Amino acid sequence: MPRTGVFVCWCGSNIGGVIDCPETAAAASGFPGVAFSTDYKYMCSEPGQNMVIQAIREHRLDRAVVASCSPRLHEETFRKTLVRAGLNPYMLEMANIREHCTWVHGADIQQARIKAVDLVRRAVAKANRLEPLFESEISVTRRCLVIGGGVAGIQAALDVADAGHEVILVEREPTIGGNMVKLDKTFPTLDCSACISTPKMVAAATHPNIKLYTYAEIEKLAGYVGNFEVTIRQKARYVDHEKCTGCGTCWEKCPTRVPSEFDAGIGQRTAIYIPFPQAVPNKPVIDREHCRYFATGKCEICAKLCPTGAVDYGQEDLVLTEKVGAVVAATGFGLFDWSRVYGEYGYGQYPDVVTGMQFERLVNAAGPTGGKLLRPSDGATPRTVVFIKCVGSRDEAKGRRYCSRICCMYTAKHALQVLEKVPGASVFVFYMDVRTAGKGYEEFYQRAVNNGTVYVRGRVSKIYQDGERLVVRGVDTLLGRPVEVDADMVVLATAVEPGSGAAETARILGINTDQDGFFQEAHPKLRPVETHTRGVFLAGACQAPKDIPDTVAQASGAAAKVAGLLSSKWLSTNPMIATVNEALCTGCFLCVPVCSYRALEPKKITERLPGHPPREREVAGVNTGLCQGCGACNVACRAGAIEVRGFTNEQLLAEVDALCQ
Amino acid sequence: MVPLNLNRAIKEGARFVRRLEAESGQKISDCNQCGKCTAGCPLGFAMDLMPNQVMHLIRVGLWAEVLESRTIWLCSHCAVCTTRCPRNIDLARVMDSLRITARREGRIGSERSIALFNEIFLDSVRRYGRAHEFGIGLRHNLLTRRPFKDSDLGRVWLRRGKLKLGTRKIKGAAEIDRIFSEVERTEDGR
Repeated sequence: MPRTGVFVCWCGSNIGGVIDCPETAAAASGFPGVAFSTDYKYMCSEPGQNMVIQAIREHRLDRAVVASCSPRLHEETFRKTLVRAGLNPYMLEMANIREHCTWVHGADIQQARIKAVDLVRRAVAKANRLEPLFESEISVTRRCLVIGGGVAGIQAALDVADAGHEVILVEREPTIGGNMVKLDKTFPTLDCSACISTPKMVAAATHPNIKLYTYAEIEKLAGYVGNFEVTIRQKARYVDHEKCTGCGTCWEKCPTRVPSEFDAGIGQRTAIYIPFPQAVPNKPVIDREHCRYFATGKCEICAKLCPTGAVDYGQEDLVLTEKVGAVVAATGFGLFDWSRVYGEYGYGQYPDVVTGMQFERLVNAAGPTGGKLLRPSDGATPRTVVFIKCVGSRDEAKGRRYCSRICCMYTAKHALQVLEKVPGASVFVFYMDVRTAGKGYEEFYQRAVNNGTVYVRGRVSKIYQDGERLVVRGVDTLLGRPVEVDADMVVLATAVEPGSGAAETARILGINTDQDGFFQEAHPKLRPVETHTRGVFLAGACQAPKDIPDTVAQASGAAAKVAGLLSSKWLSTNPMIATVNEALCTGCFLCVPVCSYRALEPKKITERLPGHPPREREVAGVNTGLCQGCGACNVACRAGAIEVRGFTNEQLLAEVDALCQ
Repeated sequence: MVPLNLNRAIKEGARFVRRLEAESGQKISDCNQCGKCTAGCPLGFAMDLMPNQVMHLIRVGLWAEVLESRTIWLCSHCAVCTTRCPRNIDLARVMDSLRITARREGRIGSERSIALFNEIFLDSVRRYGRAHEFGIGLRHNLLTRRPFKDSDLGRVWLRRGKLKLGTRKIKGAAEIDRIFSEVERTEDGR
């Protein structure tokens, strides 16, 4: 017969102010198996916990029910209390009589009292059937994979590497640096983006603990926390980077010209290229799709001119594997393709209607115009520039419903840059709201206003060409009148969206995406860098639109989590996971596709039945490292062979019985 | 409604803004249109332009509408707006400067009687060194062609000795006149 102790907590007036806790405790004393029951003002406090310990010892209790708040808050606290009293920590059941009762039924005290007693009866029924559970340990590979070599990935890699762990940094582009290195200046301090990001790129590339794979993509992630195995595809560069010295002869002489992705389509690059002069590594790749040799079989200029013979047209993709204990996803963001939907802005047919990223390249000293602000159509200096914010952001009909968070600030920066580069220029900003949440941000926006930027509250209805000028027609809602501006150039602040391939990366990593396609964090406030898959962490704009300061902060946060995980050789596992009764399992494997964590897989067992020869058959096996104890397989199992420890069918049915009494 | 061409309007209004800023000592672009001034204005109910709209119209070059508005004359310079403005703009001073400008440019709109009252009042102060209420009231009534306006009140005040028919100069009337001359001289010099 179990000897259950019931401890009813007042939680000050949270519970005690609504129901009569001594009455609840008295009612509990009559439930089957209850050997002791009491109440106290704050059960989680030091004296409260000591009271639990003393009662367990005095009344030889072998399990406990704590009727208090949500297990999310204090289950861990009371498990430790049980350990201090000499019990197995999993011999605890909590009855949530705060969130599920007094907080929501404060208006009906009578019903609240009845419900509290019901909830305690349910908990006692389950507690009577609890079994001790034991954590096991798994080994940890003390290496970390970082996916994405933008500022988030670089920062996370550097921090983990500085903590003394090996890092594998994988970047799909030919250079690391991501979006940040394309920018000209950064708000609110206007320091040059390249000056603060290129040294970090070099630091990452030369760090003894960081192994860098550029022009490479992850194909598969197998294993579980502490023991992942990642498959990486090193895309063929057609240039042997061992031999290449990065002298630049090849890309100077290459006859092919294509729009440069790095310059957001504004500038051009060759087919054998480095994305920009400060690229890391500073060695070229051949863009097979546009290379004249691959298209026609003729040319080979780069191969002929290369002084070290590094060009190798026969190179093939290389697939390799690495073992890691933790993963940081830092895959960054993409920008909304406005030209598909915004007919009022010209569907992309006017060359002088550009995006914010194109503007960055136009004012960047390393960009196609050498930092001179020249408009794309005729190379003239624009004297009137109109900025339109929220192009795709906060637009449920055509774009995305969320705020992209960075546009207000970079538009203010762009406005200041126009005023600085073109003396006497006029700058207009059409906006819905100006959002400047950040240190020094509001001051920066005011600086843009003080320097002469005209902020017009309202949307633009139409842009059309009138001779050499663009006429921007819209509304000033503060005036309540339609307005128009004759502009030389229009810059659209396009929405931040998940990077291309984000969904595929999420699938490979076994993590969730939110309704907008960004990677889902485990908890929006308390676990912002973790995912629901243990051992996989998030950094930067892959989780949500973010500016550079927030990205770097989150990257360092993810690195701290990784360093904590890798600090020990061993990792204890959660014992409340699925278990398969192999005798009952029919091997239908319905459980395999329902598992979000890929924790179930077929395994072979040898069955010995009396009167039969031993036979081999396949049953479901649970990977204890991957299983998160969600219970999906439990529901799917037709034979009733799968149970989740701590939530067995018997325990759950006992709870239902107790509640239906 | 024909769209307002912002380039042109702002360009054409730039001189006005510069002068207004110099005269009032306030920067028009400091206003972020929060509306705190309008929210607290005790005369807002009677105004044709709200105080925050005044700032915005000036900003986008529509100063003529502001000068001809009733608002700048209805403003009593109570300075609730000035006290509360989160951007520390002295809007009451801007209104003052606007009144001065409107008078200077002869662009007084429908609220002529208030402008007229101000003039008669100052004239009385200049002449006697103080306000001669009876004279001010009478003159305003005659010039606005409403001779018996408030006459019932006037009778009560006369009976109680609150309103004096005769005039009397203060001792330092000459100094007062000098103040006026000095102001006129500097105003002309501007």
